[in-house]
Amino acid sequence: MKPILMKPLTNLVLAVSAFQASAALAQMDHSAMLMEASATTVDGRDPHAYSDGYTLTEGPYAQPGPRQLKLADEHAFWSVLADRLEYQKDNDSTVYDAQAWYGTTYDRFVIKAEGDIADGTLEESSTDLLWGHAFSAFFDTQLGVRLDLYNEGKDRQWLAFGVQGLAPYWFEVDVTAYFGNDGRSALSAQAEYELLLTQKLILQPRAELNLYGKDDVENGLGAGLSDLAVGLRLRYEFSRQFAPYIGVEWTDTFGDTADYRRVADQSTSDTQFVAGLRFWF
Amino acid sequence: MKTYIATRRRFVQGLAAGGVLAATPTWLQAAVKGANAPGSSPVLSGQEINLVIAETPVNFTGVTRMATTINGFIPAPTLRLREGDDVTIRVTNRLAVDTSIHWHGILLPYQMDGVPGISFKGIAPGETFVYRFTLRQSGTYWYHSHSAFQEMTGMYGALIIEPRAGERYPAQQDHVIQLSDWTDEDPMRALSKLKVQSDVYNFNQSTFFDFTDDVSKMGLQAALEKRQMWNQMRMSPTDLADLSAATFTFLMNGTAPAGNWNGLFQRGDRVRLRFINAASNSFYDVRIPGLKLTVIQADGQDVEPVTVDEFRFGPGETYDVMVEPQDDAYTIFAQSMERSGYARGTLSVRQGLTAPVPEPDPPEWLTMKDMMGAMGGSMGHDMMKMESMSQTKMDHSQMSGGMAMDHNMHGMQQGSENPLVKPSSTIRHARTEYGASVDQRVDTPSTNLDDPGIGLRNLSQRGLRPQGYRVLTLADLKSIDGVLDDHRPPARELELHLTGNMERYSWSFDGLEFGKSTPVSLRHNERVRIILQNDTMMTHPMHLHGMWSELETDQGELRVRRHTIPVQPAQRISFLTTPLDLGRWAWHCHLLFHMDAGMFREVVVS
Repeated sequence: MKPILMKPLTNLVLAVSAFQASAALAQMDHSAMLMEASATTVDGRDPHAYSDGYTLTEGPYAQPGPRQLKLADEHAFWSVLADRLEYQKDNDSTVYDAQAWYGTTYDRFVIKAEGDIADGTLEESSTDLLWGHAFSAFFDTQLGVRLDLYNEGKDRQWLAFGVQGLAPYWFEVDVTAYFGNDGRSALSAQAEYELLLTQKLILQPRAELNLYGKDDVENGLGAGLSDLAVGLRLRYEFSRQFAPYIGVEWTDTFGDTADYRRVADQSTSDTQFVAGLRFWF
Repeated sequence: MKTYIATRRRFVQGLAAGGVLAATPTWLQAAVKGANAPGSSPVLSGQEINLVIAETPVNFTGVTRMATTINGFIPAPTLRLREGDDVTIRVTNRLAVDTSIHWHGILLPYQMDGVPGISFKGIAPGETFVYRFTLRQSGTYWYHSHSAFQEMTGMYGALIIEPRAGERYPAQQDHVIQLSDWTDEDPMRALSKLKVQSDVYNFNQSTFFDFTDDVSKMGLQAALEKRQMWNQMRMSPTDLADLSAATFTFLMNGTAPAGNWNGLFQRGDRVRLRFINAASNSFYDVRIPGLKLTVIQADGQDVEPVTVDEFRFGPGETYDVMVEPQDDAYTIFAQSMERSGYARGTLSVRQGLTAPVPEPDPPEWLTMKDMMGAMGGSMGHDMMKMESMSQTKMDHSQMSGGMAMDHNMHGMQQGSENPLVKPSSTIRHARTEYGASVDQRVDTPSTNLDDPGIGLRNLSQRGLRPQGYRVLTLADLKSIDGVLDDHRPPARELELHLTGNMERYSWSFDGLEFGKSTPVSLRHNERVRIILQNDTMMTHPMHLHGMWSELETDQGELRVRRHTIPVQPAQRISFLTTPLDLGRWAWHCHLLFHMDAGMFREVVVS
């Protein structure tokens, strides 16, 4: 496969905004479709029109003092999801891919952590610290930083801006653009799908790709499409929150990334059998 | 992990002898006049009642949990009071947290309504709050906590007000049948799981093999089409309830299915069954195989008797039915709407008899009608959609005779010039419905009241019930008293939409959760119409405190006086009300998690 070459920065921004637009369009399509059926829909009613200017704390018969009744819409929730915590047999390495959040329905602090441990050493890790804000029914925008740590190589810091959510037809999508020092840029995209074979046996196809704006020789990453991973995991949900799985993951590298690997006498693609655990709480 | 599977059955069936563990403390026994039947709560009557809220260990599933109880019972004592009486009810809080009691459906001064933060401060630990009010109505009602999730952990009981003039429909036996749902989980934990994964308790989801089955039955194209809209919109056609038997044990009078609550009668008795849905989050479909159910009261208000085979009701609603049993034993069967389980009990001539217990029906997919309303039926091109359409039409033709006549009379009384004679059919979405809080809006809502709802349509045709089987719908209910007391046409019309985002598990009015909302302001003694349009795919039992909700047809014909109106998916209903009691009142979905997620408004009457 020929590497897809992308002009850094501008193209990355374009890609992200195009994605955002298409997500928003998908929503609009739907409401437009429903709309054409009825000529008698009038939009834009003021949701406070019936209040006569009163609020929850002001106006007749309001309880004195600050507002006492607060429901779950003003409550902060949290969650931790270990999507992949797995052993890769041929590499003899352990991979983790987890996400945690704390916050309300529409605004939350998000941590995404991914890494690779071999021989008791953290070989490679990438951690996003993000502020997520709901911008449509199914998508959040995320803004923050990413820290990449390498056991051998050069650590990188990035500004991150991404979109995460549920696309039509139930695809879990996560696309983030990164901007680093020295005009570096990167784009990372992930998509997952869950196919229920039974209520508890679930097949999860998953794809992830990374693009970079320019070569990163220290870390062996080339400009353009650098790598693509496609995985298929079969899990059994003993409970919705706890599921062991087995699977296979195929990865390939492209362009300069592949060249760097060839020079280092490493394989440019590989197929791994994995066994792991997915859980959340 | 094995334990999870091993306990599943016990979970669903519960323990035969499950329930409150502790013996009634002696300090309470003075207040308890004695139970009327095993598994029933004690009855308290008179004009002075003392209630004590405390934590009590319970065991419904094999695991001991702490429940929040009233006088140590689940359900709480049945209060039998008399219309016209001034009552004094002292509620003492022995919990470590605040509590409250709301008298569901009772008209009273707002300070006595029992909603912390709206009617009063709540009842602090160690404190006794004295409720004092005059009973201005009669019928079957109930009472429950309005604090946090205490209702879900055991704080609910029946409240029966005997009419001064005697019962319109006398009976030889009178049983309260209170349905509820129990979870061993901390309710807040259950809610927080739904915030993470909104289908966490749904084990009836569409699988790959359901798809291949459909392909072999209806062909690839039809199987894809059946799923296309759902998948595109990211909506689940099996999302009938947020919680299920995956966490709930369904209870009848505080008794798990294995415990088989038993009510007695003598042959030849007319038996009055006062059904109360005191569940936190479960709709129930109730039937008694072998018996016709004559519905005589809805939400405490007498209705023209209507004989049916089955009825559905949601949290907050009550139905009184009369039955005339001839055999020795009958099963009272109440399956939950999402079909994951049931509550069950037995009516019999003596203790210990049982009758066959039906299997729950197979869960039915929501139809396009449930997603899009009236249009969903007419644009259908798969079998599912056509079924729902023919159902709607058929029911209509059955009904139209009686209803059309009533309507004409009504129109003559009020004159046709007034544009408010009929509820407006122009759909007005709030501007706040176009945002992250709302995952769908309906532009062609259904307005008919004669749809029994998903899972109860076409039961005979589907071979699930005998021919001629009749399921109660809202269109069958006609109040005898009250509904026409106020002859004025509405002076104005308010429209609000029920909204939500299932994926984010957020629920609201007009896309605004409670914290972002402002009160709905009503004027004392005005006649006002409120239109509720359901822009979601779930049924919401909407409970308005402090005044009646007088349901009307889409032609403006007043039908029935309710305190809790179930609004079906993609349905647009309207009701009239005359607010007579000043103050601030709560108005919310009575699915506890929907209420807590924000489908809650304040109403100011001034």
